[in-house]
Amino acid sequence: MRYLPKSDSERRQMLDAIGAGSLEELFAHLPEAVRLQRPLDLPLGISEYEIVRYFRERAAQNASGYASFLGAGVYYHFRPVLVENVVARGEFLTSYTPYQAEISQGTLTTIFEFQTMICQLTGTDVANASMYDGSTAMAEAAMMAVRATGKGRVLVARSVHPEYREVLRTYAANQGMPVEEFGYLPEMGTLDAEDLERKIDDLTAAVIVQSPNFFGAVDRVREAAEVAHRRGALLILVFTEAVSLGLLQPPAEADIVAGELQSFAIPPSYGGPFVGIIATRDRFVRQMPGRLVGQTVDTRGNRAFCLTLATREQHIRREKATSNICTNQALLALMASVFMTVYGKEGLRELAAQNLSKAHYLASKLKPRFCGKFFNEFVAQVQGKTLDQMNKALLKKKIIGGLPLQRFYPELENCVLLCATEMSRRADMDAVAEAFA
Amino acid sequence: MIDRVRPHLVINERLIFEHSSPGKVAYQLPVLDVPAVDPAEALGTESVRAEIEDFPEVSEVEVVRHYARLSTWNYSLNTGMYPLGSCTMKYNPRVNELVARIEELAWAHPYQPEALAQGSMEIMSRLETALAEITGMDAVTLEPAAGAHGELTAILLIRAALARRGNPRKKILIPDSAHGTNPASAAIGGYAVENIKSNDAGMLDVAALEQIVNEDVAALMVTNPNTLGVFEEHIIRVAEILHAKGAFLYMDGANMNALMGIARPGDFGVDALHLNLHKTFSTPHGGGGPGAGPVAVKKTLEPFLPVPRLKQSGKKWAYDYKRKHSIGRLRAFYGNFGVMVRALAYILAHGGPGLRKVTLDAVLNANYIRKHLEPFYELPYQSPSMHEVVFSDHRQAQKGVHTGEIAKRLIDYGFHPYTVSFPLIVHGALMIEPTETETKRELDRFIQAMTAIAEEVDRDPQLVKTAPHATGTSRVDEVAAARKPVLRWKPA
Repeated sequence: MRYLPKSDSERRQMLDAIGAGSLEELFAHLPEAVRLQRPLDLPLGISEYEIVRYFRERAAQNASGYASFLGAGVYYHFRPVLVENVVARGEFLTSYTPYQAEISQGTLTTIFEFQTMICQLTGTDVANASMYDGSTAMAEAAMMAVRATGKGRVLVARSVHPEYREVLRTYAANQGMPVEEFGYLPEMGTLDAEDLERKIDDLTAAVIVQSPNFFGAVDRVREAAEVAHRRGALLILVFTEAVSLGLLQPPAEADIVAGELQSFAIPPSYGGPFVGIIATRDRFVRQMPGRLVGQTVDTRGNRAFCLTLATREQHIRREKATSNICTNQALLALMASVFMTVYGKEGLRELAAQNLSKAHYLASKLKPRFCGKFFNEFVAQVQGKTLDQMNKALLKKKIIGGLPLQRFYPELENCVLLCATEMSRRADMDAVAEAFA
Repeated sequence: MIDRVRPHLVINERLIFEHSSPGKVAYQLPVLDVPAVDPAEALGTESVRAEIEDFPEVSEVEVVRHYARLSTWNYSLNTGMYPLGSCTMKYNPRVNELVARIEELAWAHPYQPEALAQGSMEIMSRLETALAEITGMDAVTLEPAAGAHGELTAILLIRAALARRGNPRKKILIPDSAHGTNPASAAIGGYAVENIKSNDAGMLDVAALEQIVNEDVAALMVTNPNTLGVFEEHIIRVAEILHAKGAFLYMDGANMNALMGIARPGDFGVDALHLNLHKTFSTPHGGGGPGAGPVAVKKTLEPFLPVPRLKQSGKKWAYDYKRKHSIGRLRAFYGNFGVMVRALAYILAHGGPGLRKVTLDAVLNANYIRKHLEPFYELPYQSPSMHEVVFSDHRQAQKGVHTGEIAKRLIDYGFHPYTVSFPLIVHGALMIEPTETETKRELDRFIQAMTAIAEEVDRDPQLVKTAPHATGTSRVDEVAAARKPVLRWKPA
């Protein structure tokens, strides 16, 4: 086995040193009844060449060479070359969680920069080192709001990503944390503040909204925040399309921001690994889940960084911790950091503006289902044919159309969620428009 | 002659914000092929932000140098051994990185039509099957994003199964040697936690367990081998005690590296376990993630697994979203697919016999270290070691030197520290797991370093207490960091 770096004679020497006759003898204390009496039913090991061939064959069974207008929480943005250049460095790729600060300043410094950039982008005071993804970040944000307010009820807008809402329900189920939903305006595709007003009460810990929301619409965060704050609840703002923050006003009204950074140079990778964040105001920092990096000094007086405020975390607090999270998504956070650094202040704005222009071009050729303002995604309704027929016609042209919404929203029959980014070409958008006509 | 660290070229580097100056860029976008839209008009003036204050403005060359320089401040598996107990920091095969980056896998969208994702689904199915065989379980979900996420998933499965029988029960039993995520996950699953003490051999006390297990107990969370690296020899009896009272046996699979091809949790009574693909199955740790925490279960728990489930319809793979008893979703989409690709590549490379060899060598290495360090460090439990060995600083503490300081001194010899002060049942623990991918020479160097440090403690304890001495960054003041937290950069 090529990953095992010992020769049989070295094994023999080591066994002699231990005083064991054979490798099997090292397991002699295992009761007979627990021992596997046959070989594992797995094929023999294969060479590097065969491994590459196996995965290339599988890859060939996936879509290849298609233009895609899918978004819905996972976006196609160009990945700057420098990102791969950085994360392929073994010093980042193969290092452990930076508990040993003296030999982990590389990772610690990049996380400190990451936390800073997330704060700048979201207009918050403090951001953590990462969560698994946006969906779990949202569930953890709700739990954080429950701790911070001492109340239990959570209200979530139906215009929040449907799978994120499913995750929230799973997490909330056993924590005495009732979750209820409030609707969206059928003409606008933005949250229904009156419905929120009807459903909120003084036992509500958090109101969760997404902007741009699942339909791509810039949602009424301010109105929701006003209602939430009036009843002593926190406002949690969720985002799935981080590029929108290049243009959109950061959520000044939000108490907690929970988001997904996949858009920042993280390959779609069939749904993961991604990287979530939680960012908040200073006063809630001790309720935050996840790792945090802080600035300090070493004994020589030089600036240094280390993991900090660990008394919130499971390895210290065990069942009283703010979360059970341990391993997070450090390497993905690094990808996002490099992306933000490459695009920078001007670039992120220009990138967002290009997304806006492309999506509005596509929308101008179709008839958006909702009339709310949108960023790079919108809902369109097919008329005179079925969605299935249209998507099949597009596939023939090597185009993957948008996401059919009926699975998530039965009332949105024949509706599709389309996304255009800086990578969408005009000719492909024209082809989509043609298929709709 | 003992190998030690020598200083190398380490350049001081500022934060990226301190390189910034207005107008510098590292990007170029294509010329827009559609009419430009005015943001204020499309979004409304009130929705358009002002510039992102203090966001980086740097050139491409600076980006490359910045991250390259920072990378040199990191220790990594590429440069040396990580004897981190319970972390299984093994070699990360490079071919795994290559296959995870194949365009049609890395750029597959989770919502692309199932007919155009058959390759991804086949990979997931094959990994599920392999993990079920390795663990002796009936079904596997790949959805959880990391070990702790897998623990939570398993607790929710157990809760759902018990609730369906009429009573979810109240508490989860956890040995005092367990990892901190175990009680934290149980709490999120809505259970009270009851700690149970280990016996003199560092194992579960079967008689005590028998006393405690009653109809309030939902499950026992056991790590096997446990965090002392000791195999729970009475595990079959433990399972019987729980099952007799209708409770479940959950196993934390963090230490699966000790069992592959030797013993299967499913065969010794475990009902559910999670695996860490970023430990046993070699996916890189990336400075703290991503990982993946698949959960394997017996048939009794299968109906409750998270949605969606893979199913075969004809010769095609499809997703089954309609599962009446499912606990729901643990995360959006299907899990950390990119990590699954790497783990499957690892399993394919080894095959069945290869995985067994992994375990044999992992246990050989741990016992080799134990044998050589036993004369110098106290071994609080004499039970046979599996893939890791836990010493205590009892002898060194008499000279005023503690495990954390010995660990820092190890850095000067070119090693990452072992796991410090864990498990909690060993006062001043030194928890050492070499993994199977270390050469004999690297193990000998490690033993020499540990032996040399033991001698230094006798001769010059202050030298050890003030370590590390050879690093660019000397001992970091963690207390100050927590007292006055500075969690982001701000302009001076």
